[in-house]
Amino acid sequence: MDNYFPFKIGDLHFHTSRRRQTPPVPVPVQLSHPNPVQIKQGKRMGLELPKYPEIEEDNVLNFTDSELVSHVKNALTSVLSGDHNSYNQLVGVMHHSKHLAPDEVALLETTLKALAGAVSSIDITHHDSLLSAIFTMSMWNYGPHVADALAELIVSLAISNGKYLDLCLRMLVSNFTPPPYFLDKLKLPRGLERKGQVLCRVHAAFKKIADYVPLAPLRLLTIVLQGMPTIYHKDRAIVIYVENMLKLESGEIGELVGSTMLMAVVDRLIELDVEIGWDAILQDDFSKGIFEMELEDMDDIEESAEPDVGEFRLSRKSLAGNSIAELLDNLLVLTFEHLESCEREGRLAKVFETLLQSFQITVLSAYKSKFAQFVIFYACALDPENCGMRFATVLVELFVQYSQPQPTRMSAVAYLASYLSRAKFLSASFICSMLKRLVDWCLEYCETHNGDVNPNAHRVFYSGCQAIMYVLCFRMKAFVNVPRLKLQLIMPLEQVLKHKLNPLKVCLPSVVEEFLRQAKAASLFTVSETFIFDGLLESELSRAFGGLERLDTFFPFDPCLLKRCDSFIRPMFVFWSMVKPTYDDDEDDGSSDDELVQDLPNENEEMMNGIDMDEFDCLLQKMSITPKSTSSHKFGGRFQEQARMPSRIRPSTSPESL
Amino acid sequence: MEGLSVADANLVVYLHPSKSRNVSQAILRELGSWLFKFNETFDGVLLAYDVNILDKKAEILSGVHPYFAAKLKANLLLFSPKPDMLIEGKVMKLCQESIHVIVLGFSSAIVTAENIRGELKYKNKDREELFASKSHKRHVIKVGTVIRFLVKSFDDEILHITGSLIPAHTGSIRWLDRNLEEISEFDRSATKSRDRESLGDKTNDDDIASNYQLYKEISCSQLVGNVATESPCR
Repeated sequence: MDNYFPFKIGDLHFHTSRRRQTPPVPVPVQLSHPNPVQIKQGKRMGLELPKYPEIEEDNVLNFTDSELVSHVKNALTSVLSGDHNSYNQLVGVMHHSKHLAPDEVALLETTLKALAGAVSSIDITHHDSLLSAIFTMSMWNYGPHVADALAELIVSLAISNGKYLDLCLRMLVSNFTPPPYFLDKLKLPRGLERKGQVLCRVHAAFKKIADYVPLAPLRLLTIVLQGMPTIYHKDRAIVIYVENMLKLESGEIGELVGSTMLMAVVDRLIELDVEIGWDAILQDDFSKGIFEMELEDMDDIEESAEPDVGEFRLSRKSLAGNSIAELLDNLLVLTFEHLESCEREGRLAKVFETLLQSFQITVLSAYKSKFAQFVIFYACALDPENCGMRFATVLVELFVQYSQPQPTRMSAVAYLASYLSRAKFLSASFICSMLKRLVDWCLEYCETHNGDVNPNAHRVFYSGCQAIMYVLCFRMKAFVNVPRLKLQLIMPLEQVLKHKLNPLKVCLPSVVEEFLRQAKAASLFTVSETFIFDGLLESELSRAFGGLERLDTFFPFDPCLLKRCDSFIRPMFVFWSMVKPTYDDDEDDGSSDDELVQDLPNENEEMMNGIDMDEFDCLLQKMSITPKSTSSHKFGGRFQEQARMPSRIRPSTSPESL
Repeated sequence: MEGLSVADANLVVYLHPSKSRNVSQAILRELGSWLFKFNETFDGVLLAYDVNILDKKAEILSGVHPYFAAKLKANLLLFSPKPDMLIEGKVMKLCQESIHVIVLGFSSAIVTAENIRGELKYKNKDREELFASKSHKRHVIKVGTVIRFLVKSFDDEILHITGSLIPAHTGSIRWLDRNLEEISEFDRSATKSRDRESLGDKTNDDDIASNYQLYKEISCSQLVGNVATESPCR
């Protein structure tokens, strides 16, 4: 957090007091505008060419650079003695920006270049109208040559005098976003070309300034952060601004400003995420909900302050048209693409450290972040061996540390459970080792705590147990055949589950039921009469450990409902429909099932290559029909969309499946 | 080079209770946040510090957030260029209008054409820009040369120096050091010329800093009083 805000409170304090002591330094924040009367005169008379010496008859200007520079210098210095004519002409040229004829363009370019050479003569008080004109110019309005000249002028100004540095940086940052009239043209080829031209010059200017003023990146950091459009600004403005921030991260001064830029972007993602209420993505019709609500539950839900108690089916349709969701979608995709380019450049491991830090500070502590966490999921997917494993390890560490606050530990293990279940790119052995750590911790906890069932007192323990069971719901089939697992994982787990603390009674019933069903089918545990598998009714204890935040129903890596985002995540994501539970063994699986499961990822990849999104949705619908009609009676049957997740695990309604 | 000094300081740093788990890290963080910024109390830019925590016990300030005061003893390397001091820096950019210099790797400086003495003429030979002395052929200033210049003013917020190459004993240090006898104007003390000789062709910033051992004692009460007026660190 400390390198996010480079200026601490103490520093601000002494800077202000310093200013009071010295006579006021003329560093105006707002420069006055030129006398409107004079400009009007200029327009009426037609634009007068500044009186450059010796204009030849064919109007070809044949001056050396130094002659031009000295002419401009004279114009500037003459202001001090009261002669404003040439100076006003100069200012007039600066202001003339729209619908320029070619010779006017050339004039502007020449003037800018001459000014760049004459910066030492520019005085901040006497020439404030000129400076104001320069700082309000937008590179988006001009072609490449004028943009070059303008960039050169800004760089010269910035390095000539400390007073202009902040103003120049601010001017460049304001060029991150095009003028309002241009925003619509951004998607057109001409718009894209102009965008490329401007942004490349702006970022090159940053580098040049940083070369001559080493502390400029520090100033730039604050200015960029201050200039970030709020989420209530027009959509495309913030998207292009974030694009620039990410460009800074990967650019030549990336080492200096990069991590702060990334953390600020993640912060903005969380801000947007939080704006999308859970109620925006809840389905209206409760009766179609996965859970058959009993009346008591309904009353509970209505009474409670949280609208998101209980499990509801999330619907992508409810999110459509939500402009904030769309904005978040676009920003997430930008971030994904940026991560891809980091990976190509071999920088992902370093960038990941920043992401991880940002995750712990911002995402982990955000109340039930919905989509922003997919940034780190995607980063892990791009580099499973390093980033993927590191993420899980960090989460486990957070969980086992007693010094961490309880909500952090519970949140960490919820992330871990969802991550280990959903990440297609993690090896079974790694998942096993992570589970083992959890089981070992739970076992140790059992041995040191002898109390009875108490959801509140042992919240962290119950969240750990639920996490283990959740992961096993997804991965049990893969683990069952490995003999050493039984010893290392299953036997300690059995001890935990049979302990007095009775996690089976306290953890989420849907998770427990599915877990037990699979465990029974796989003959995981030794069954004794005292241990009742079937008929586990929901007791008043269940779902009670989650607390007000309902961290027991928090499955952060459930399928992403943002359309564009989802297309990135899909190829590396485990959907519940792709999971073969252990009780499917008895059925006639046949090779067709396997093929389909294997084909699914391939199909995904094919489809990712530039397919129309509507067509994709259509295909999606087709894909979600299971090959086995019998599984409609099973856990997770009757699905229409891939937005199915075991957090919405339904107790199977048909008795035969038990 | 003038303007560098090492100071012994007795400091008091106020820490938020949340930092109590790892106090030394919090102190280092706080001091680290002062680096490369001009500090009024020290009257200079803090470049480096070496800190000793004096006491394991700390006084707790009463209030809404009970900050606790950690007493420290520190060695501080400070940079405080004042007008008429001679500073050295490396030339980064050269044009007819100005010479841009970087001092100690972090501070930018500019010498404008009006502040370059007439003896040094701008030349553009084969696209290589340089300033060459009319009277001494070997005295050449190009990009990459380390020059010594006079400080005219110092902007303590941006740490930007405006300099002057008007005095005769300013210019490329390589040439200056080899031609000491030709500079008659300024009477430099013997110790200072010894320092310049030992500098030689060093352009390494760390080496420059390590050559100077000017000590300044800052009194405890003055510092504590001054530090106390700053807002406590987070």
